[in-house]
Amino acid sequence: MSKAILDIAALHKSYGATPVLKGIDMAVNENELVFIIGPSGSGKSTLLRCCNRLEEPESGSILVDGTDILRPGVDLNRLRQKIGMVFQSFNLYPHMTALGNVTLALRKVQGMEKEAAEEKGRAALARVGLAEKVNAYPNELSGGQQQRVGIARSLALEPRIVLFDEPTSALDPELVGGVLKVMRELKESGMTMVVVSHEMAFARAAADRVIFMDKGVIADQGAPEDMFGNPKHERLREFLSRIQH
Amino acid sequence: MNPAMSGWDRFVFSFFNLDIARQYLPAIAKGFVTTVYLALAVIVAGVLLGLTLALLRSFRVKVANFFIIMFADIMRALPPLVLIILLFFALPYAGASLSAFAATWVALSLVLAAFAEEIFWAGIVAVPRGQWEAARSTGLSRAQTLAFVVLPQAVRMTIPPLTNRVISITKGTALGSVVALSEILNQASSSASQAGNATPMTVGALAYLLLFIPVVIFGRWVETRFVWKK
Repeated sequence: MSKAILDIAALHKSYGATPVLKGIDMAVNENELVFIIGPSGSGKSTLLRCCNRLEEPESGSILVDGTDILRPGVDLNRLRQKIGMVFQSFNLYPHMTALGNVTLALRKVQGMEKEAAEEKGRAALARVGLAEKVNAYPNELSGGQQQRVGIARSLALEPRIVLFDEPTSALDPELVGGVLKVMRELKESGMTMVVVSHEMAFARAAADRVIFMDKGVIADQGAPEDMFGNPKHERLREFLSRIQH
Repeated sequence: MNPAMSGWDRFVFSFFNLDIARQYLPAIAKGFVTTVYLALAVIVAGVLLGLTLALLRSFRVKVANFFIIMFADIMRALPPLVLIILLFFALPYAGASLSAFAATWVALSLVLAAFAEEIFWAGIVAVPRGQWEAARSTGLSRAQTLAFVVLPQAVRMTIPPLTNRVISITKGTALGSVVALSEILNQASSSASQAGNATPMTVGALAYLLLFIPVVIFGRWVETRFVWKK
């Protein structure tokens, strides 16, 4: 049996009186690519953001590589190194070069020497196809390139899992391909990934499992060919027909 | 003054009298030095205190923030002159007396700190939340995120309003003349009454231009230097 890198149990989260996550149970195994789809407001981004505690859940447990990240007194900054996060709006630091963006945490959190951090940063940027852009500032890069720097920034920390929060939603259509290609290669290299996205074709081609979230619960899940080819859940059918038109 | 002088000659005699200017130049130069020292001391203390308060405020501790906001509001509401007079004339009754220089320095620094705090705070708040989230998600602590990610961006945004505020408050060094601080204005006006001629005031005005025009130009340069394309 393969090992669960991410193991979520009975997760609850509300914003004020509005429940957003109503008891999520979900495990992601090593090397698995799990795709989360669902209508807006279904809680998929919130779920992702709970996994590195950018959002604080009310109750439940989240184990990352065997450690409960919700336990009081846990060294969150050290744990976050294991959990890469890629954002819809890239969130690159505009005052730093691509290399600066990638090496900041290596130097300040992992305490690496400048030279070693830069070597690692260059390798991470090369991995996303941006070896020649190390000295470019974010405003000199296209959206797709910026997002690839965002991916390199999390890869450089050698995470056990990378969370993607709508990584291509802010991109012009012709730039989406480059980012998906990098994600595909990442998957092939054995990275464990959770992706919230509307790129259904990509999900069909690359995901091991598709989770459909609706109104704060996991309404259905399965292999992509079943979920897209033969959807049984009524809300999933509705959702799919709506986004395909 | 010769009663046969024309209006123009009288004007030149009273305001641009070279002999008198030469005579009182040393006194005004002394005032110039005092103003420069005072202005620098106010800028350093005011900006640093303002920055410190804004950083403290970003940790969002309720009690601390209550006092920071109260400080900023009171100091921004009080005319600096009132503050100088209070510090200089009222403190001795409380057993602590300040020199004219110290009273003016403390008062102007507190006022500048209050404005600087608000300006830095506005800059910190204007940095998008995603910047915090990206930094924290890579394991940076709150303080590291502030130091390496948020503050460098906030400071760039704050440079234009901060430069303006620094100029307007350092010009307030002239208020020190009220408590007999021998800065430019005080030296110029006492020279003028001694000489029975307004020329020292003209020299004083030139001294202020000499001091502040470079500051204004520097502010403009910094503004263009630190802007980057989005």
